[in-house]
Amino acid sequence: MTQLDLVPVKPTTAIVSEPVGRKASGRSVWFRMLVNDRVAAVAATVLGVVALTALFGPMLVGDLATDIDLDNSNQAPFTLAHGWANVLGTDPLGRSMLARLVVACQTTLSVAIPAVVISAVIGSVIGMWAGYYRGWRETLAMRVADVIMSFPSLLLAVVVLYVFSPSAANIVVVLAITRIPVYLRTARAESAELATRVFVDAARTFGASGTSIITRHVLPIVLPTLLTVATLDFCYVMLAESSLSFLGIGIQPPDVSWGLMVAQGRTYLHTAWWLSFLPGLAIVITTVSATILAAWARIATDPAQRWRLTVPQKRLSRFAKTGKAL
Amino acid sequence: MTAVAEHPPVDQTDADPALRVQDLTVDIRTIAGTVRAVDHVTFAARSGETLALLGESGCGKSMTATALVGLLEPVAQVVDGSARIGDTDLITADRKKRRAMAGPELAIVFQDALTALNPLYTVGTQLAEPFRIHHGLKAKEAKRRAMELMTRVGIPQPEERMKAYPHQFSGGMRQRLLIAMAVALNPKVLIADEPTTALDVTVQAQIMALLKSLRTEYDMAVVLITHDLALVAEEADRVAVMYAGSIVETGSVTEVFGDPKHPYTKGLLDSVPVDAVRGAELKSIGGSPPDLHSIPAGCVYQDRCPLVRDICRSTRPGLQDVGSRRKSACHFPGEVSNV
Amino acid sequence: MFSFVRRRMYTSAIPLVIVLLGVFLLARLTGDPTNLYLPESATADQREAFAAANGFNDPLIVQLFDYFKGIIHLDFGTSLRTGESAAEMALRAFPATLQLAFVTMALAILGAVIVGCWAAYRPNSLADRFSSLLSMTAASIPDFWFAITGVWLFSVLMGWLPTSGTDAGMLSWILPIATLMIRPLGVLTQVVRGAMVSALSAPYVRLARSKGASDFRVVTHHALRNAAAPALTVAGDLAVGLINGAVVVEAIFGWPGIGKLMIDAILQRDFAVLQAAVLLTAVSIFILNIAIDACYALLDARVREPAKV
Repeated sequence: MTQLDLVPVKPTTAIVSEPVGRKASGRSVWFRMLVNDRVAAVAATVLGVVALTALFGPMLVGDLATDIDLDNSNQAPFTLAHGWANVLGTDPLGRSMLARLVVACQTTLSVAIPAVVISAVIGSVIGMWAGYYRGWRETLAMRVADVIMSFPSLLLAVVVLYVFSPSAANIVVVLAITRIPVYLRTARAESAELATRVFVDAARTFGASGTSIITRHVLPIVLPTLLTVATLDFCYVMLAESSLSFLGIGIQPPDVSWGLMVAQGRTYLHTAWWLSFLPGLAIVITTVSATILAAWARIATDPAQRWRLTVPQKRLSRFAKTGKAL
Repeated sequence: MTAVAEHPPVDQTDADPALRVQDLTVDIRTIAGTVRAVDHVTFAARSGETLALLGESGCGKSMTATALVGLLEPVAQVVDGSARIGDTDLITADRKKRRAMAGPELAIVFQDALTALNPLYTVGTQLAEPFRIHHGLKAKEAKRRAMELMTRVGIPQPEERMKAYPHQFSGGMRQRLLIAMAVALNPKVLIADEPTTALDVTVQAQIMALLKSLRTEYDMAVVLITHDLALVAEEADRVAVMYAGSIVETGSVTEVFGDPKHPYTKGLLDSVPVDAVRGAELKSIGGSPPDLHSIPAGCVYQDRCPLVRDICRSTRPGLQDVGSRRKSACHFPGEVSNV
Repeated sequence: MFSFVRRRMYTSAIPLVIVLLGVFLLARLTGDPTNLYLPESATADQREAFAAANGFNDPLIVQLFDYFKGIIHLDFGTSLRTGESAAEMALRAFPATLQLAFVTMALAILGAVIVGCWAAYRPNSLADRFSSLLSMTAASIPDFWFAITGVWLFSVLMGWLPTSGTDAGMLSWILPIATLMIRPLGVLTQVVRGAMVSALSAPYVRLARSKGASDFRVVTHHALRNAAAPALTVAGDLAVGLINGAVVVEAIFGWPGIGKLMIDAILQRDFAVLQAAVLLTAVSIFILNIAIDACYALLDARVREPAKV
């Protein structure tokens, strides 16, 4: 099972140390840490498959996603009777579910990932700045975050639909804006706490400017938390895009996203359950994997907890059998 | 590990010591294997007396204390030995019995008062807690007792200060609060784990004076855990010196400090720069304590000992009598004065 | 304590005004409602009359002024669609959403605290790891998909529960609440567990145990209160999401709440109703944030002090 959030064991004596002798460098250390946590490794593999599908899938399935074949409409999944391409069934227009799922994967990810990156960068930078300097900067930033958070994201999204052309790019912008507060608040809280630490005063005494302190001291410490938040936020953005598409104000046909597919399958609930079920399942699998990976990342990026991932799981479970917490 | 010389049972002739620890052994599971942090530790503490557990950082003295109070981390385990208060062996007692004893029989004062106190509750609530848990007092009555306690440990204006929070007190005051909580139920044994390490010297003196007067008033046995030789010399009656998880010497402070019977104790005392001449080199014990993963067979001190011989490397010396109520874990206690 | 709340209210006033302004502008950006409400064949005169009656001809500044004047008098105008007072419509729809949100959050918090505390009490046990996996999955489920699958399973296949509406009494609450609850429950459980694990390894827990406190007291009295802050932050975010109109759920189950009202107003360019609905939600979100900050202050005395030494 996953290593996530194993009880932190705080040794009071300097006994617990990594086995001496093996100093592997950079990449391979991370790889080993991933392999040592079986569940996280599975999650990473799943995400890898999803990423590859998004990148190369549409090229491979080509026209299968759009070829209308009314003779084959609404075929049930899990049978090869209608050709391998329809192994996951077909939709009312006879299009292969598998192919459509693949194309939708690309659309969904091409909205989610940019949105996360943009909101993460903007929110974190503003947050760190506000938290470090405090005072009016902090109040301003927090109130801006409040404003964004209390804005019905729905209104924003629909306006975008009506005023500008409803494109994936606009959805990205809307989602990015609504997620900025999450990074802003996290970065601000951590930055404010770090600003009170002695090492910051020390840096100031030898003339370091605020910007350089933020970049060289605050950022590296806050980065792991932000990465974890970003991974979890990716899940949220994916779900948000799916909801918007489901409501009809997200991705528009003939483009296809998983959320849109669920909406389109709704009327066929009685007769063709797989039309709504399978795309939703795809969303769940992707989001759960991202969440598991985020939990792994939280441990891997914390130098104090990293040792848990440096030994094979079997040895760890014998060692970490902690019984009750009290 | 080679033959371990038997530890003779704690002196039976003394009027029952309040706390009798015999062969207490604690193992810690680490990634790289099991490590023995506390090795057959044996000592006794008597009512009205202060026993100091003296040793450098990492020698296992704090772990001994946590083992006694039953607060070991899950990776650490007591694998041998006993610790008796009255008729009860703390080690084998069940959780319920242990909890019943925590407070009325055995109490501990921790080192860092700021983190030891719950930041979200008033000091009054936390002081009243022992009374509510063990005596089942109602809030008002418990608060009254708490106020009395505060006065007793020298905190001014107790009625107002009761409603204050831990972060609103100074370090010295917080330490007094910890002490107050510990003595609230008149325990037989009080363990003080480096109670003054985080305080400045003048406050140190006040805290130690407070502990002393409480010890007399409640007739407690105090176990003082520290690395500070001066503190031991000033405040303790008896001392047990620890090194790398084992006790190497016990006795009264005057005798042990006046005429040490173990090379380690001698080394410690010699390194106090009292008679140092300006410009001369400061004395210290060469080398460093052994990694607990690889404690040598034989005497733990062999790698740094000026008296080391073959027998030291093959047989571990047990605590032998070297005088009246004095013990030393050395094969050649008589030669220490020559070092 | 009161000065703290007062301070928070003052700093919240400006953002509130900005939100109102934003809503005003954005609502009008959605386009000219004239074509939606008047038939194709309407003459220019009729259009003119319609516009004049609703103040669409006035310069934007005047409309803005009227808008804010109206707000102060709590008059939001009338719905273009039904002619009713917009304020009334919004106030009628709001309680339905509030009820849903309230019950959902209460159940989610209760469940999260119980499971989270139990998991933290027995860390790394099979039950702990299983519940972690379960809560992560719950946090990842798209609500609309869960709703549809739920409807398919329990209404279409089994016929136990109604597919939509509020007529079936208690039964009609089950699916909407379950749908709304699943994600908050998953997220909160993880947060509570993590926070409790930290709290249980803190020094003050050791002290409490050395005073003879029972495990139950240590968990509920000492640790839980310290773990409350991070859990409160997350709970607040989740609650905001719920108040913001669990639009999807309201759409699928036909729940007459504010989310549904808002989306209908948007699609039909009913400015007045949209403004009223958004104002209502925005105000309640601000109140919620202030309430949460007040909770922090209640829990932790250090927060109440204005200056940091």
